[in-house]
Amino acid sequence: MTHSGSSLPDLPNCTSTAAPMSEIRSPPPDRVLEIVLENVLHFLTCRRDRNAASLVCRSWCRAEALTRSDLFIGNCYAVSPHRATSRFRRVRSLTVKGKPRFADFDLLPLNWGAHFSPWGSALADAYPWLEKLHLKRMSLTDDDLNLIARSFPSFKELVLVCCEGFGIAGIAAVAANCRLLRVLDLVESVVEDADEDEEVMDWISCFPDGETHLESLVFECVECPVNFEALERLVARSPYLKKLRLNHYVSIPQLYRLMHRAPQLTHLGTGSFCASDDVAVGDQELDYSSAFAACKSLVCLSGFRDILPDYLPAIYPACANLTSLNLSYADVNADQLKPVILQCHKLQTLWVLDSICDEGLQAVAATCKDLRELRVFPGNTREEAEGPVSEVGLEVISQGCRKLQSILFFCQRMTNAAVIAMSKNCPDLVVFRLCIIGRYRPDPETHEPMDDGFGAIVMNCKKLTRLAVSGLLTDQAFRYIGMYGKLLRTLSVAFAGDSDQGLKYVLEGCPNLQKLEIRDSPFGDAALHSGLHHFYNMRFLWMSTCKLTRQGCQEIARALPHLALEVIDSQEDKADDHIEILYMYRSLDRPRNDAPKCVTILQ
Amino acid sequence: MEKMVFEETELRLGLPGNNKKKNNEKKRGFSETESETESDENNNSDETSNTTVDLLLNLSSPKKEANKNNNNGAVAENHSSPNNNKEKNLLPSDPAKPPAKAQVVGWPPVRSYRKIMFAVQKSSTEESQKNEKNNNNGNGNGSFVKVSMDGAPYLRKVDLKNYNSYPQLSDALGKMFSSFTIGSCESEGMKDFFMNERALMDLLNNSDYVPTYEDKDGDWMLVGDVPWEMFVESCKRLRIMKGKEAIGLAPRAMEKCKNRS
Repeated sequence: MTHSGSSLPDLPNCTSTAAPMSEIRSPPPDRVLEIVLENVLHFLTCRRDRNAASLVCRSWCRAEALTRSDLFIGNCYAVSPHRATSRFRRVRSLTVKGKPRFADFDLLPLNWGAHFSPWGSALADAYPWLEKLHLKRMSLTDDDLNLIARSFPSFKELVLVCCEGFGIAGIAAVAANCRLLRVLDLVESVVEDADEDEEVMDWISCFPDGETHLESLVFECVECPVNFEALERLVARSPYLKKLRLNHYVSIPQLYRLMHRAPQLTHLGTGSFCASDDVAVGDQELDYSSAFAACKSLVCLSGFRDILPDYLPAIYPACANLTSLNLSYADVNADQLKPVILQCHKLQTLWVLDSICDEGLQAVAATCKDLRELRVFPGNTREEAEGPVSEVGLEVISQGCRKLQSILFFCQRMTNAAVIAMSKNCPDLVVFRLCIIGRYRPDPETHEPMDDGFGAIVMNCKKLTRLAVSGLLTDQAFRYIGMYGKLLRTLSVAFAGDSDQGLKYVLEGCPNLQKLEIRDSPFGDAALHSGLHHFYNMRFLWMSTCKLTRQGCQEIARALPHLALEVIDSQEDKADDHIEILYMYRSLDRPRNDAPKCVTILQ
Repeated sequence: MEKMVFEETELRLGLPGNNKKKNNEKKRGFSETESETESDENNNSDETSNTTVDLLLNLSSPKKEANKNNNNGAVAENHSSPNNNKEKNLLPSDPAKPPAKAQVVGWPPVRSYRKIMFAVQKSSTEESQKNEKNNNNGNGNGSFVKVSMDGAPYLRKVDLKNYNSYPQLSDALGKMFSSFTIGSCESEGMKDFFMNERALMDLLNNSDYVPTYEDKDGDWMLVGDVPWEMFVESCKRLRIMKGKEAIGLAPRAMEKCKNRS
């Protein structure tokens, strides 16, 4: 147990150096309790517990603030960096989340905000001992990365998820300067392509010579070729490396070499999983399966970015131990999937493309009895009449994978019956996200809305905290959600509902709702008004292309002074006075000053 | 009361279940038809061309644009696959709902790099099969072009096949870069501007930003001067340029326009 650093006077009988008793000052009585408290609070790791402890009284609030070493900021605009660093003085690990999730789908203007720079300078001042930084949906520049690289001598972990604005130069700075780096994870982030004229910087070579501390190196999203020889040398001198996720510029023969260098790997992202252009397929008959046999500790496989399905059998030796498999970039059909999946008895997480069809899902259901999380992504995102997966696949999964906790399912058709079946077969569901790609699509068998299906989910899945709905939905669906979705924290709605009543049901009925994102639904000012009692408890609310007006939003802003209402409108002249986007969140500080012109912040 | 509703739905499970099995045996997944193409390289089997046709209809030629937008349901019904007669009635016939647009921004909620990834995979598979089709109307192939904006350190890629007209593209770009006022690029309107050099100069002076593109010849052109399909064919990359800088492009644009008219 390490001290957070608060100064504790030595207590008698506890000193390691023998100091005369007369020189030891006893702490003042009111401090004794705080000191005990601080020592006890070290054991509290869960941030919700810590939040509760900090509300007991001022003394507890102080003690908790001094001992919190992991700080989580769910919305970067909810507090100013200064306020955060003033309260929590001894933070070693920081997580900051920025843009709302709908930014991933191009619904938010590009330079909307979530800039890391103000946080960067505050952190450099306040926490020179910072070790971990975890950012999600933030905008950070190469300069920001440079700052990180040079400001924190103990820096160990950098995880960037869905971030953008930076390039190879920034990554190189981190590689070169953070000598104690253990984790460098770049996940789903847009790493700037260098202009074709400029040379691509070789960031792999920027890691210092000698043995590294690297445990995790993830760069699947980096859209630049890497210097393979340098990468191989890096892997060879990283004895602690457990997680390695390569980008698609690494070919399968290169992967082969890397795997033999690092047989201790537990998590592997395979890169392209096909031969590079230079080498014809039949040329080197390397036994790729030997590489997978050599890595006896592999539990998680991903990548397969440009896979030639012929190579898939190479992973057979690893299948029996796999708990997580991500084939969601691989256009693999049912026949190609089956021999693999039938060996994956221990699988708990599976991400696939719908190219495996209902038949492939059948094979999954037959074998993967321990499955907890399933994601089925669409190969074709157009609103077609047909698709390769359907209610048949969903029902089969529900019958075979009873322990399912989380599902994301894209399809072109779905029936209420299948959804109801899942609600009954999989009572442990915590996350249910169904996306019927064709908007406003009813149940194709009964021609009814999908209300009953989603109603069954909220009714029967008592642990449900996250729900995403789709298909033809009336206000009735929302009535069910309001009635039964008592634990619901995140709700995602698109092209659904009939009237204000729908949203009212949800805002009045779901006491735990924290994140609400709605698009293209007929909810207006009256509906929004019904949530006044709850908005301070939410992390954010997003409503785009609904029926909100500026006046309606203004009323909310007047009623709740600590709420920031961002109205985002890209067009000046419009037929009606409905606003395009409302993004609303609680904030302890003055409205941000870094918003672009199209954003108006109401007060 | 709710329970009754569920039970009613349950009872209905009996009959459709049997039919469903039959349908599925015949119904082929998307990739199964793809693999057929691999084995019969030169032989365009009927099913394969049906699949191609399926996708084509959503990207119909711009002349039929207006019709397609209003009759999305009808279009889909016409090309029903031989196997699934039930599928005909899938699309909403509810007249109260607005007609489906060609492609809605941000829908389905899949991150754009997934769309890009898949399109790239598809195109490399098809290139290696020496696909003779001209790829004019897709087949899942995207027309991905980079979009950059002066002053913004961001690059984006857009699939031009997602849009059927300049206003749609303008709308999407507007959403992406909406902190700046982008000059309008409606095709009809632009033509008038091109006829009148003074009007064009006014437009460029009044807009903060104007969309421009690099065409196949390597020339930088103002977006909107050619018919949409021609634009999609010839556009290699997009650049949203400051209005004042784009004035330099105007004379060249005028000339190309005059040569055409």
